[in-house]
Amino acid sequence: MQHLLRRYGTTLTWVCIGLTFFWLVILVLLPNFTMLESSFRPYLAKVDEGGPLDFYSMGNYMKVLGNNVDFTVFGYVFQVPVRLKVFFLTIVYSALVTVITFVMAYPLAYYLAKIVSPKSLPTLFLLLFVPLWVSEILRSFAWWIILAFKGPLNALLMSLGIIDTEIRWIAGFSPVVIGLVYTYVLFMVFPLYNSMQSLDTNQIEAAEDLGSPWWRTHWRVILPHAKPGIASGAVMVFMLSAGSLLVPSLLGSTTSGWFTQTIQGIMLDSQDWNAGAAFAFMLLLACTLFVSLMMRVFGVKLSDIAK
Amino acid sequence: MSAAIELDNVCCDFDKFRAVDHVTVSIQPGEFFSFLGPSGCGKTTILRMISGFTEPTEGIIRIGGKDMKGQRANQRPTALIFQNLALFPLMTIWENIAFGLEVRGVDKAKRRARAEELLALVDLHGAADKMVSQLSGGQKQRVAIARALAVEPSVMLLDEPLSALDLKLRQHMRAELRAIQKRTGVTFIYITHDQGEALAMSDRVGVMSQGKLQQVANPRDIYNRPANGFVASFVGENNIFTGKVKNTSAGMAGFETPVGTFEARFAGKKSDPDLKLYVRPEHTVLSAKAKTQNSVPVTIGDVAFEGSFMVVSASSENGTLLTAELRNDGLATVPARGTKMHMSFDAANAAILPDTSLAGA
Repeated sequence: MQHLLRRYGTTLTWVCIGLTFFWLVILVLLPNFTMLESSFRPYLAKVDEGGPLDFYSMGNYMKVLGNNVDFTVFGYVFQVPVRLKVFFLTIVYSALVTVITFVMAYPLAYYLAKIVSPKSLPTLFLLLFVPLWVSEILRSFAWWIILAFKGPLNALLMSLGIIDTEIRWIAGFSPVVIGLVYTYVLFMVFPLYNSMQSLDTNQIEAAEDLGSPWWRTHWRVILPHAKPGIASGAVMVFMLSAGSLLVPSLLGSTTSGWFTQTIQGIMLDSQDWNAGAAFAFMLLLACTLFVSLMMRVFGVKLSDIAK
Repeated sequence: MSAAIELDNVCCDFDKFRAVDHVTVSIQPGEFFSFLGPSGCGKTTILRMISGFTEPTEGIIRIGGKDMKGQRANQRPTALIFQNLALFPLMTIWENIAFGLEVRGVDKAKRRARAEELLALVDLHGAADKMVSQLSGGQKQRVAIARALAVEPSVMLLDEPLSALDLKLRQHMRAELRAIQKRTGVTFIYITHDQGEALAMSDRVGVMSQGKLQQVANPRDIYNRPANGFVASFVGENNIFTGKVKNTSAGMAGFETPVGTFEARFAGKKSDPDLKLYVRPEHTVLSAKAKTQNSVPVTIGDVAFEGSFMVVSASSENGTLLTAELRNDGLATVPARGTKMHMSFDAANAAILPDTSLAGA
């Protein structure tokens, strides 16, 4: 504090602290706290608010249960509440999206960080960034067109003779996964690129010099070094995917429910903000738990990600 | 027995720049060979070509008589010690050392045992489970050596591995490296720009400049019998006289300079370009009276007292700066500034050599 005052003067210091305070408290903590508080209260008519019916309970959270449907896992059929099933599938497919983005981003990041000559790096980065200049809606629509039944992808595959009849791509979770991977892959590429770029090239050569084949060099030297980057990329992609509303809404089919769509339905269609808030918190909590669990499994510390 | 390493007319180009220019040398098994030269002379490129990270543009590299063309770094029987060592910071010391064995599919217990053995060899007991960051510079050095030795290379390549250490440690590691080399009998190829290191450790030294190998000889010959002006001035200090050769006779020649005519060794032809006379400061004598041969009248300038020796600067009549190095035997008197004296040297210690630094520029 003393240090800040000496360095920036009284006015600037208080302006900075004030803005940070405003951002943190007014824009982050307060809305979240209001949501959290209202998530424990029932959805009531205006006249009943503050009356005898208005008391705290877990009622909204319990709404996730009920309405059992069949849920088939490896041939076994379970009876599961429909919203819980959607909830579970959202987490599973978000994890799948994370894995696919990692598999795609790793070679690309390695190529950018260690193989390509620094001279062509700006061009390549530009090429990666250009799609980001187009809004997420348009990009999702583009995929919707590409994947359409009479769309260009089917036309191309048929003209190449790879398939005989059109494939219905927009069915199940596949288009949602494709759309999410496309939208968020750069959030994996850049942390990976950053962490790989800081690896001393001599270490890769040292491993090779000791006789290591390329895959072992990756497994023992490059991958461990890139772990913090992988972790932060994975956290970002997973959280963004699980919280995405646009891509599942546009590219989803009747058989692909995303939990954000459930929340949206309750909030906007049923106008039940209290239950919506409760569901949103459940998603946040579950994602946080899942991410912490994965970090524990892979031995990543929070301080690694912050690097 | 075939040579451990043979370079046969090896060239290496980077775009239009020729980094290594027709280098031919053969290095014997068990030899400690140094490439000595200023930075940018191509010595590191030679090392990278031998280890397989860079392909020569022309010429053949043979290791143990086998042409290495097309063999990648992980297929060659060489082990490289990097300038910054390139230890793996996320592995323990023993895992670092045993990495080469892990690659070869040796099981864990055996790897660990071998790592302990190698740690003992480099005098680093009990460090097996430490991390790289816990070791000092000298200890890291030993780990790097042990890691390279673990794969039992027939040739060990060292890229200025001592340059990051402080003076005392560097001198200690010199002796250590030499001892390890003798103990293991592995061929060492050492890259350095430090003449002291090269002369003190090597069996033979190859002096390089601008991609060309200037001279290959044992350290004594490099210092006492330099092949040309570049070698003479890169390795050690010199008094250099410009002038021209007057008469030659049986390996000797008379050399006419503005400050007198001197007798010196001469192996070339009278018509060679850019000939100069080179005399080492420690081979000169200062005396009150002129000697009969090779004597220059000088005026004494600054005297730098270095402890075991003194460096006396003096200027000749036409203003050429000369230096004499006098051994401090405890009795010698320091000549006073401004004294008129005579600097003389033995004809056998002076050499007339072509100044290749001029030709190259």
